[in-house]
Amino acid sequence: MDLSELTVTETIKGLYQKKFSSVDITRSLFEKIKPLDKKIKAFVTIDSENALKKAEEADEKRKKGDARPFLGVPFTLKDNICTQGLRTTASAKVLENYIPQYDATISKKLKDAGVVILGKTNMDAWAHGSSTETSDFFTTLNPWDLEKLPGGSSGGSAATVAADLTIGSIGTETAGSIRQPASWCGVVGLKPTYGRVSRYGIISMGSSLDSPGPMTKTVEDAALTLPVIAGKDPQDATTSSIKLDDYLVNLKKGVKNLKVGISEEYQKIAEPIVREAVEKALKTIEKLGAIIVPVKLLDPTYSISVYTILQRAEVSANLARYDGIRYGEGREKFGEEAKRRIMLGTYALSAGYYDALYGKAQQIRTLIVEDFKKVFQKIDCIIAPTTPCVALPLGSSKTSPMFGEVQDVLVEPSTIAGLPGITLRCGFVGELPIGIQIIGPQFSEALILKVAYAYEQNTDWHKRKPNII
Amino acid sequence: MNNYTPIIGLEIHVELATKSKMFCGCDANYFGGKPNTHTCPVCLGLPGALPVPNKKAIEWCIRIGLALNCEIPLHSKFDRKNYFYPDLPKGYQISQYDKPFAVNGRLVIKPFARGPLTKTVRIRRVHMEEDTGKLIHATVDGEKCTLIDFNRSGVPLVEIVTEPDIRTSEEARDFLKKLHQIIRYLGVSDADMEKGSMRLEPNISIRRKSEKEKERKGEENLPKYKVEVKNINSFNFAKKAIDYEISRHIELLDSGETPKQETRGWDEKKNITYSQRSKEEAHDYRYFPEPDIPPIVLSEKEKKRIRETIPELPDARTERFIKDYGLSEYDASILIDDKDTSEYFEKSIQQITNNKQQITPKVIANWIINKKADKSTVSPEELIKLITAKQQKPQMDATDLDLIIKKVIEANPKAVGNYKSGKEGAIMYLIGQVMRKTKGKANASQVRNLLTNLLK
Repeated sequence: MDLSELTVTETIKGLYQKKFSSVDITRSLFEKIKPLDKKIKAFVTIDSENALKKAEEADEKRKKGDARPFLGVPFTLKDNICTQGLRTTASAKVLENYIPQYDATISKKLKDAGVVILGKTNMDAWAHGSSTETSDFFTTLNPWDLEKLPGGSSGGSAATVAADLTIGSIGTETAGSIRQPASWCGVVGLKPTYGRVSRYGIISMGSSLDSPGPMTKTVEDAALTLPVIAGKDPQDATTSSIKLDDYLVNLKKGVKNLKVGISEEYQKIAEPIVREAVEKALKTIEKLGAIIVPVKLLDPTYSISVYTILQRAEVSANLARYDGIRYGEGREKFGEEAKRRIMLGTYALSAGYYDALYGKAQQIRTLIVEDFKKVFQKIDCIIAPTTPCVALPLGSSKTSPMFGEVQDVLVEPSTIAGLPGITLRCGFVGELPIGIQIIGPQFSEALILKVAYAYEQNTDWHKRKPNII
Repeated sequence: MNNYTPIIGLEIHVELATKSKMFCGCDANYFGGKPNTHTCPVCLGLPGALPVPNKKAIEWCIRIGLALNCEIPLHSKFDRKNYFYPDLPKGYQISQYDKPFAVNGRLVIKPFARGPLTKTVRIRRVHMEEDTGKLIHATVDGEKCTLIDFNRSGVPLVEIVTEPDIRTSEEARDFLKKLHQIIRYLGVSDADMEKGSMRLEPNISIRRKSEKEKERKGEENLPKYKVEVKNINSFNFAKKAIDYEISRHIELLDSGETPKQETRGWDEKKNITYSQRSKEEAHDYRYFPEPDIPPIVLSEKEKKRIRETIPELPDARTERFIKDYGLSEYDASILIDDKDTSEYFEKSIQQITNNKQQITPKVIANWIINKKADKSTVSPEELIKLITAKQQKPQMDATDLDLIIKKVIEANPKAVGNYKSGKEGAIMYLIGQVMRKTKGKANASQVRNLLTNLLK
């Protein structure tokens, strides 16, 4: 068997049963990364030497009775997650040679769990975008079709999972950056509730929105990975002390009698072929015992304006520290997109414009939060297309400064409200996967994982592999 | 001058003496430390690092607000104040904009010039922020350069802002002294001006007296300009800077010009202010709510608990000293001026009760105020012994006493040196030593005379 194809679940089981070692898996992954990453370009940094060393150590520990489930399980991390001693660039030239002195909380948690970090994945620079085309280094290609974009900003992470260049990955989402590339690359992407996973050590983008989460081959993998990185962090004042649910125990409980909301405001934004796939998926879920309830939600396009203003404002402050004094690179190294966002955010916060822009956006944000609250009194979760269309051709983002916001329109409202969402495959257009998302109330990760699992287990979409591998 | 009324407001920054910094666990007591040794990813503003507010610092800020008779809103928040400066590692300072921890307070002062009349200065707000790093301009390997020390970065800083209620430089100085005293009593800062733990920024403008009547109608007739003098580190410099500005403005107004709205610095060598930044160059700080820190919600219960941590403040202590010890207002106010002195006084009084001696509080006050008893070398107990001895008649042979005094001088070169270098209080220690050797038989004032003669 090709060990690179393993899921997190299978890896944990196999390591436990001594069917293979961590070194075996890690080697086979690097054997695949070597030729394939030349084509896909998913990695900014490949850390093979250290990864193999860690895999050996993990095997040694396991022999001595260390039973931590994630001990020796290989992962990739998006390159905006600080890793002590390992270059972390956020795919930005300004940080091209930046080696963090400390681990992000989630890096530390993954290391403490025994995870082997294979390398750091490409992204839109500073996480500004939905294509990886704004990476200051290079564009990652979609493993399903090398002429298509992988989405972004966690495009590198999504591509490593889709192409079996890793067992699992961690991405981050501000609005769509986990779900949109997961959808375009046909992997499972879980964007947790804001405050469920620590942001400490993740290069800030939109601080009031940033949420790290797992990107995996299966729903069960996401359920297994989330508790490794989630929980209250004394170093992130916005993390919640609400206890984690037992995601695995809940996972297989089925969807009988669950009220699943569907909103025409979302459906009508998707292209017909995507809409059809989602409607078919809803029929499957209905057959499994769920009750489909049509609901009315605020038009998601409002979120584009709200998100754009709030996020740009936060970006303009968050990027101020890269003032050319430290980190070795000057401000002239900022790319077009970063400069555009800094200027727009600065403008939105300026005297005389604040009330009409930032202030107004905050008010509408509150309305969006209330809108979801109201709807969740009637239903348990919402199902919608993840993206309006499947992966677009290379170059698509270059002509539109608002490319990302338009592609992410269906995930923006929930991100603005801080809600959790999960995306998984629900069909194909030719070789390109279609994504369906399940959105739940705050801290309802167990619920949306359960719905996603029920659907995944009753369809075959997740079994398909890209031709390139 | 007679045709004009000065309009003065004050902004005061106070560094809190909390154990750790405002948003990280680093040791906040950085003074004298090796550069960049009190730092971590948070106060260095490294990519990804996040602030977590220091509860103690917030509590102390509220304590200051309560001591200044402020309202404490139950809802408060932090904001980002955006500006670029190399000593500001994040490119923004975490501060408070529209929801500070304390608002609408007042402080009553008794300006010396006004005799028995008091003056109320309204406090606009008291808010919490973080200090910046420190730039050091140096020559390294023959090259001129600027070094950055981030030890101070993130130290908790409280900003106190008054309304423009002050009318003279003396009032400003009296206000600042009183505020300094209160901060010291609260035990939240050493408020050491030389170390920069308390920094002063007066805002000054002047108005023609003819406009005075309108003053009663409210603030709309404040002068159309305002000059801010930054970062002054002594009460006297603050007074001098205000006086300098008042004369400068009068000169300009008399010649038909309006002074420019600007920020000025204080040159303590030349005793003048100089222009730093004009209104046109003023920052737009683009404040917005700090997304990394959830809003702070205080309960009535917590507010009450913080109120209970406030110790007796100078005004109350003065009144009590007058009432309980029969002191004059003048003596009481001198004793309470410094918290430690007032406590030394009370401890000395306790010694009397314990010893059942016939020494009145007035006598002790006199010894502390006029005879400058050195509280660092003479314990309250020793002070009472000294006073007792002084009140007894001399029972000693003059030659014996002379011999003992000479021995004490020989045995205590350090105190002698201190005295000779101008530290008059050191004599108290020497007197104490002589009194000990003579078992209290000598007359303290005679000992003092002999000592001063021998040490001339």
